[in-house]
Parts: sequence; structure tokens; C-alpha cells
Amino acid sequence: MTKVKSIEELTAMRERLRAGMAVRENGNHPEELPQVRVGMGECGVAAGAKDTMREFFAKLAERGVSGVVTQTGCMGHCDAEPTVEVEMPGCEPVMYGNVTPDVVDEIIDSHICHGEPVRRLVLTESVVGRNIKS
Amino acid sequence: MAHYHTYILTCGGTGCRASHSPQIVAALQQAVDDAGLSDEVKVIRTGCFGFCEQGPIVKVVPDNTFYVSVKPEDASEIVREHIVMGRKVERLLYISPETGKHVPDSRHMEFYKPQMRIALRNCGFIDPENIEEYIARDGYAALGKVLRMKPEDVIREIMASGLRGRGGGGFPTGLKWKITREVQADCKYVVCNADEGDPGAFMDRSILEGDPHSIVEAMAINGYCTGASKGLVYIRAEYPLAVHRLQVAIAQAREYGMLGDDIMGTGFSFDIEIRYGAGAFVCGEETALIHSMEGRRGEPTVKPPYPSECGYKGAPTNVNNVETFANIPPIILRGAEWFASIGTEKSKGTKVFALAGKVNNVGLIEVPMGTTLREVIFDIGGGIKNGKRFKAVQTGGPSGGCLTEKHLDTPIDYDNLLASGSMMGSGGMIVMDEDDCMVSVAKFYLEFTVEESCGKCTPCRIGNRRLLEILERITAGHGTEDDLKELKNLAAVIKDTSLCALGQTAPNPVLSTMENFWDEYVAHVRDKSCPAHRCRDLMSYYIDPKICKGCSLCSRVCPANAISGVLKQPYSIDQTACIKCGTCMDKCKFGAIGVR
Repeated sequence: MTKVKSIEELTAMRERLRAGMAVRENGNHPEELPQVRVGMGECGVAAGAKDTMREFFAKLAERGVSGVVTQTGCMGHCDAEPTVEVEMPGCEPVMYGNVTPDVVDEIIDSHICHGEPVRRLVLTESVVGRNIKS
Repeated sequence: MAHYHTYILTCGGTGCRASHSPQIVAALQQAVDDAGLSDEVKVIRTGCFGFCEQGPIVKVVPDNTFYVSVKPEDASEIVREHIVMGRKVERLLYISPETGKHVPDSRHMEFYKPQMRIALRNCGFIDPENIEEYIARDGYAALGKVLRMKPEDVIREIMASGLRGRGGGGFPTGLKWKITREVQADCKYVVCNADEGDPGAFMDRSILEGDPHSIVEAMAINGYCTGASKGLVYIRAEYPLAVHRLQVAIAQAREYGMLGDDIMGTGFSFDIEIRYGAGAFVCGEETALIHSMEGRRGEPTVKPPYPSECGYKGAPTNVNNVETFANIPPIILRGAEWFASIGTEKSKGTKVFALAGKVNNVGLIEVPMGTTLREVIFDIGGGIKNGKRFKAVQTGGPSGGCLTEKHLDTPIDYDNLLASGSMMGSGGMIVMDEDDCMVSVAKFYLEFTVEESCGKCTPCRIGNRRLLEILERITAGHGTEDDLKELKNLAAVIKDTSLCALGQTAPNPVLSTMENFWDEYVAHVRDKSCPAHRCRDLMSYYIDPKICKGCSLCSRVCPANAISGVLKQPYSIDQTACIKCGTCMDKCKFGAIGVR
């Protein structure tokens, strides 16, 4: 039975259902959240971008971090696929290359949670300086 | 378990359904299944997005890509390109009329930027037939909160919010609740007035289609506050989709224990029934509405007594409009102070408008009170169609008046619109351009009210018909200057003496067009000409002999054989035979045919 028998039950039900609404809710104000864009051109898909994207969903959910993960076309670094762009609120986006699923957690931990880009994976090193607004 | 990372939202409102949106939803789902993505991508049929001009709308979330004028055959391309490959389907993106470029997402559309969605908060966002999506967005949380408060405190909150009736009258909602509460009675009723009847208005329909649970929840809140245990929704039978969504919502609310006995274990019981209206405009008037629900003729009675004291079956009855109800849950959850911070001094919150007529972006919009007509028509509405000049906008439907260029920068609220000679009404907004004849516009609205008058009181039944006859005389070229005086006199009498608001406001379109476009009336009666070239009896097509080459094309296309002449010599039009269809003028390659 789905019948709600108390106000507490309704609250619990809402908390449970809210997770299913998070992607849509976050889409209403992406600029306030970390945004992750996964390059999903043919080159990216061939290099495993789909798995990378799934890993982002899984790890963000695991850590309970809100973020907006979207896919985009080829970002022009076909030699370093999968490519991923991470944009923190109020900051310039940072472009990463060779983002295989095993480095996803590191990017989330360092860049998204602590604001420190993972420099060894950044594709355009010269612009890193202005990427981070301290 | 499925973890959706992308949602494809497709409009399932009446307008987009007429353009095959159910087939689009099915085709999108098929394409998602075929791509093996049914555990990652969810296709949802929502309520109205508001951008009806270019429906059907398909929106991809979270990147907010906004596809317009989508056809069922576009579905596979959207999934293949956008969902699988991450490339937006450029050709289906909305094109900004200003830059001529594709707009990548809805957040960059001028149509949405000035809007603020409170009543429409869930429209175009959730599946209206899924109560769990509503609950996930704080649905029924306001009811839960209210059931732990004292009814008096809830009413005080609604009063403090400054919410006024959205059906047109603008009566303070909290005060109405208070009056109903204070009447002692064993049985009371809550009524939702969903008898939206203004030509060109579709605000209430869209709310019911896109977010029916918000109405169910607000009615239950109202029942708790006023002491009613029974709710009735009076909805016109010609809104079948809204009726269906409401039926589904009521059934789900009962299943989840949001309606019925002992709601959420609090001891409060409430249930809702639907009553169907046959589509009479007068039944939007609350006393006529109640009579109609009682199975009697839909005729109004004199107030007082107000329904709050003596309504349905003689019991105290709280009647509120759909949009008014839709505002209740957010006020409860976010507080009166928040709501009162939006809008103008005496009109708080937002207002939903159905923007229609000669405006580029026909659609459903919600803006804070105090937004100017210019912002609504030119920023959100994208200006006048075909680059024509703005002439007037009718607000308040057949009961309202027209506003002109000089009113464009007036902040929209109840009091400003009244002061400008119009009224808020329920939110229909019909835009007119330079080609519209204002006498004909007044005639159009009067034809509607004459048709819809219930006939109970003489001023409305006979007076308005006489008004219409005078307007018909004027547009036929038989008007006199005395007719203009008579229009004014008669209009004043009808306003003063009619029984209900239908009759009292019916002359408004005549009075406001006379006020703002007096010259046009004078031209009709004195010069026997229609400046906008709309009144057929007052216009004539002519061929300029200096330009005419005598090619004979006009005489060949004329359906009335009214044009004759000799080849290679100027042709002429027989005015007695001409039916004024304008075909000759459209076809002439030399611009030799004019109208005067």
C-alpha cells in the first residue's frame, strides 16, 4: 500500500523521491553547481566516454555531491579522449584529457570538492592560472 | 534500478497534443529503447511550457536544450544525435528573431528571462499524471504543514501574503477564507472555479493540465481552514484533457491518502468531486456557477448574500479560481513575507497571462505583478507579427478594455489596469495591430457578451443587444453622430443597472475603444470610412488608371466578375458588384489597385 499514514511518512517519501528529481532540479540553475561536460563525439565514445560519464554519475551520487553532468560534442582534442570539461560556479571551465573512469574520483575529490584542479590531467596548462579564482 | 541522467520532456498540453505530441512521446520512447538507453534516459510527457507559438516543444534536461516545432519523425534524430552523440540538432533549435541565430537552451531565450513561475512552477517540468513527481517537488508538504497549524494562523498567513483572487475580481483571498470560516454551519463547501470562458484565455486549463495536484492540495488546505470537508471543481466539459488529468490526480490523491478520511492521521477528512459545466460564460460568475452545480439554470443572483455566507445548497461556500489555488502551497511553504515581496504595493505575487493575437510569441506566461505591458508584449511576446505597428491590447477579455501605446509603460496590477479603463480579468491578453478596426473589435466582444447573456436582467439582455445594433449600424456605414452619444448613454445605464458582472462590464470594450480611439468612431459615422480598412461596407477597392497596364489579371481572378476593361487599357471595378475580398489587390503585379 502506498497510503501515507502520517506527515512523517510523507516527509520520508519526499526525501526518497527527491533523488529522482535532482537531475531536473539542478538543470534549473546549473551555474550555481559544478558542471561536468563529457565530450561525446565519435572519438570520445570510442575511447570510452560513456563509461566515464557513468562513473561521474555514480561517484557524484556516492559522495552526495550535486552537479550537472551533460554530454557535448567533440571538443577538438581527439588525441586525448575522453575529454571532460569541469566548470565550477563563478570560474572559467577547465578542460581535462584522458579522463578514464579510474581518474574520475580524483577529479571529483580534488577539483569539485576542494577547488583544486588535477593539474596533470589538464589539457591546456597555460590557462590553468586564470581558471582558478581564489 | 534505473538511474536517469537525462530527461526528455515533451509538452502534453492541449495545443501541442493537437500537433501530434503523443506520437512524438511514443517515437522518442521507441528511439530511446532502440538505443538501449531506457535505464539512463527518461521520456516524460509534461504540461504546457508556455511557448505555444512554436509547439510542440521538446526540452532536454539537464542541458535545457529547447527544441521547437518538433514532428514525430524528428524523434529518432534527437535521440541519435543529441542523446547518443551529444550534438544538438541545430535545425530544431529556437532561432532568436533578433540575432537570427540558434539559441542553445531555454535559459537564453528572451521569452523566459523576465518570467517568474509560481503558479506554473510544475508546468512543463513534471509528469502531471504522476503524484510522486509532485510529491518530490514539495507536493502536499504545504498540506502537511497546515494540518499542524491552527486554521486561524493559516488564514492570517494568506491574508499577510496579499494574495488576491486571480479570476478577475481581485478580492483578497485570505479575507474570503476568513469570512467563510467565521460563518457557523454544520456543512461547508470549497469550490474551485475552473469555468474559464474568456475568448483566447487558457491559463486555468494549462494549470489543470500541467499541475492538477496543486489544485487538489490547495482545496484541501482551504477545506481545513474554512471548516469544509467537501470540495467541488466546476470545470467546463469542453476541457476534456484538463478533466482527465484532474480525475487522475483526485484518484491518486485518494490512493496516497491525501484525500479521504483522516488525512495523514490528523483526523481531518476532505474529498473532491468534479462538476461539469456546459460552457456558458455566465457560469464563471460565482452565484450562477453555484446554481448550475445545483442543477438549476446558470443564472446569477444579487449579492449579498455572498456564497461565503450562503452558497451551494445554502451552505457557506468558498469559491476560488484555479490560479488563486495554485498560489496557495508556495505561500504556505515559503511564507507570506516572501510572496508579499513580489509585485506592487497592492498587487502581490505574479500573474499568469495567455498572450494571444498579433504578437510573435503566442503563449502562456507568468510575470511578477508590476511588469509593464511593454515588457510583456515586446520582450516576452517578441513584438508584433510581420513587423506591423502595435495598436492596442485587450486585457480582461470581454469584460475588460483596450489599452494603447500610452499605457505600455504602466506597471500591470489590479489598480493600474482599472485606472487605465481596463481590468485584470482572468489574464487573457489579446494584442491588436494597425490593421485592426477598433469599432469592429468592440463589436466582436459585444457579440460574445450578447450571445452569453443569461437573459435574467433587462439591461444586459436588451441593453447590450441595442448597443450591438448601434455598432452594427456604424460599421455598416449607417451610423450618425447621435449614435455615438447614444452608445455612451446606454453603456452607462447598462453598467449601473445590470445584475451581475457580465452585464456590468459588457460595455467596457465599447467605452474604452471610444475613449482611446474616438477619431476612429468619428471617421466611421461622419466620413463613412474605416481607417483600418476592415469594415467592408466602408471601403472600396480602386484601380489607379495611371499605373494599370491593362493586363486583365485582376478581372480573371475576381470571383464576383466585378472587374472589366479592354486589354492594354486601364481596367475598372464595378463597386456594386465588388464583394471586397481583396484578391485583385493581392494579385496585381503593378501595385495599381488600392483601397480607401
